[in-house]
Amino acid sequence: MAILSLHSVSRSFGALKVTDDVSFELNAGEALGIIGPNGAGKSTLFNLITGNIAPDAGRVFLDGRDVTRLPPMERVRAGIGRSFQIPQPFGNLSVYENLLVAARFGGELGAGEAPAFCMDILSRTGLAAVAEKPSGGLSLLQRKRLELARAMATKPRVILLDEIAGGLTDAECVELVATIRAIHANGTAIIWIEHVLHALNSVVERLMVLNFGRMLMIGAPDQVMASPEVREIYLGIEA
Amino acid sequence: MTLTRPFGLAAAALALALLYALPAIAPRAVVQDLFGILTLLVLAMNWNMLAGFAGLVSVGQQAFVGIGAYAMFAAIILMGLDPLVGVLIGGLAAAAFAVPMAFFAFRLNGAYFAIGTWVVADIARLGISQWKALGGGTGTSLPKGTAKDMAFVGQIKDMLDVSSAAAADALTYWLMLSLAVAMLVASYVFLRSRMGLGLQAIRDNENAARSVGVDPVKLKALVFLLAAFGTGLCGALAFIQITRVTPDAAFSVIDWTAFVIFITVIGGIGTLPGPIVGVIVFYILQRALADYGTIYLIVLGCLGIVVMLFARRGLWDMFTDRTGIDLMPLTHRPPQGSLPRPKPSRRAA
Ligand SMILES: Nc1ncnc2c1ncn2[C@@H]1O[C@H](COP(=O)(O)OP(=O)(O)O)[C@@H](O)[C@H]1O
Ligand SMILES: [Mg+2]
Repeated sequence: MAILSLHSVSRSFGALKVTDDVSFELNAGEALGIIGPNGAGKSTLFNLITGNIAPDAGRVFLDGRDVTRLPPMERVRAGIGRSFQIPQPFGNLSVYENLLVAARFGGELGAGEAPAFCMDILSRTGLAAVAEKPSGGLSLLQRKRLELARAMATKPRVILLDEIAGGLTDAECVELVATIRAIHANGTAIIWIEHVLHALNSVVERLMVLNFGRMLMIGAPDQVMASPEVREIYLGIEA
Repeated sequence: MTLTRPFGLAAAALALALLYALPAIAPRAVVQDLFGILTLLVLAMNWNMLAGFAGLVSVGQQAFVGIGAYAMFAAIILMGLDPLVGVLIGGLAAAAFAVPMAFFAFRLNGAYFAIGTWVVADIARLGISQWKALGGGTGTSLPKGTAKDMAFVGQIKDMLDVSSAAAADALTYWLMLSLAVAMLVASYVFLRSRMGLGLQAIRDNENAARSVGVDPVKLKALVFLLAAFGTGLCGALAFIQITRVTPDAAFSVIDWTAFVIFITVIGGIGTLPGPIVGVIVFYILQRALADYGTIYLIVLGCLGIVVMLFARRGLWDMFTDRTGIDLMPLTHRPPQGSLPRPKPSRRAA
């Protein structure tokens, strides 16, 4: 059964239709990749799924339940975790505290179990050494890791990852892919927006292409990548 | 760093013991003086929770002082209750008023929130001045002997061997001091709790806080309500000593909000010891410049500007930065032994 489904979701900013009649289903435990040029509406689609932005039309379902009207904090507790493309750490809190907030609120963990849970995530995301550092002072790379770690700490059943691999070295990318695979192996469903295609395609089972807010294609990664239309759009990005 | 904290706490405990002993060892004028300062401290601690921790920059806290004071007067004059019960009713009335006020003010952001709270406070002042039973626009006084008949005044009179009036002053002073201590402890416990952590996340990034499950409106509304209760208690208690209430005095934005903002800002907004430091500085300035009238206010204003320009987070933050001493840290440390230990970071409380 689909864990998440969108039914004809649309959203405009002024005259600009940023999400145009998007429908798809994500199966429980599935990993879906989203690609598309800058400005295609990928991040906006995430915001519509998480409730940070309200759709003009269409509905969002989680486990068959209509969550279109639920605010973000209730959707997190219902199991949708997210990272932000531009990292949004709680800058005055330490890295550990950033996760603690997520675990205590989104993950609904008690004071007893949350600390060890957070530390486990920090070590899996390579942040244990900076656990006590104020998150505002982290490097961009560490901030991106923190985005991933904090999303994990909300105990999501669907995790939405927005361009967390950009700017990584090859070795770091391999590490990141391993982490995401591990999340996937736990049965967590994933939607991953990424320009680093080899990393993306080594994880996801299906790939969606967005262009000008429209869903151009969705299917097996090699099929999608073989499509002439997609190759044309992606020429600039692959290079 | 590790030894200074116990020293600091010991010094604080000693100062507190001295403060409690004060009515037994100091003249009545000093007790009254310190009562005024403690009143400002409690108000500043409440405002600090609002503005410094919940991001709610209210300029309408005088609404809660005024409503607390008037509810206390009503409890005594109209209902014949003991003033101490009246103080409690004052706090509850202020909290009750905070509910509709929040419904209105929470629709506004930033500067509009500040102005909105001010407007509501003034509407409350105008409303109260229509209350004929409590003297309307000219206000009213506590019935003669009210303070002397308060619960516990007799015992304190015997214990300290002073006049009834001095015993009443001692009682209100002890209550205000206890209110300050309770506020400090409650704020600390609250900020270190799950909700306090959520509040700090909201302060840093409200959008991200929502996305990890924190409900900003709920937490802010809770702080607003609790601060209204604390401010109402404080206002009611303050007016037992003042013994006379008028709408203009009880709802004075200068006395109950402007000075309070000044104290919090110079001491350190968003830090727990900040209001204490601020109120000490305020007190010293007041004593030193008492004879100069308006100049006192000018110096106060200039100092506020200097601090805002050069020590944004106030004197306490400057102190913790220089010395590393932090008496009330709000940091949650990771479980020990579970991570490689880098140099621990420190955040001001
Ligand atoms: N809050 C907003 N207000 C106005 N325009 C927006 C807003 N968010 C996104 N947009 C616009 O919507 C388009 C899609 O943005 P986005 O979803 O971030 O694209 P992508 O993530 O695919 O690069 C862009 O043209 C962007 O400028
Ligand atoms: Mg984007």
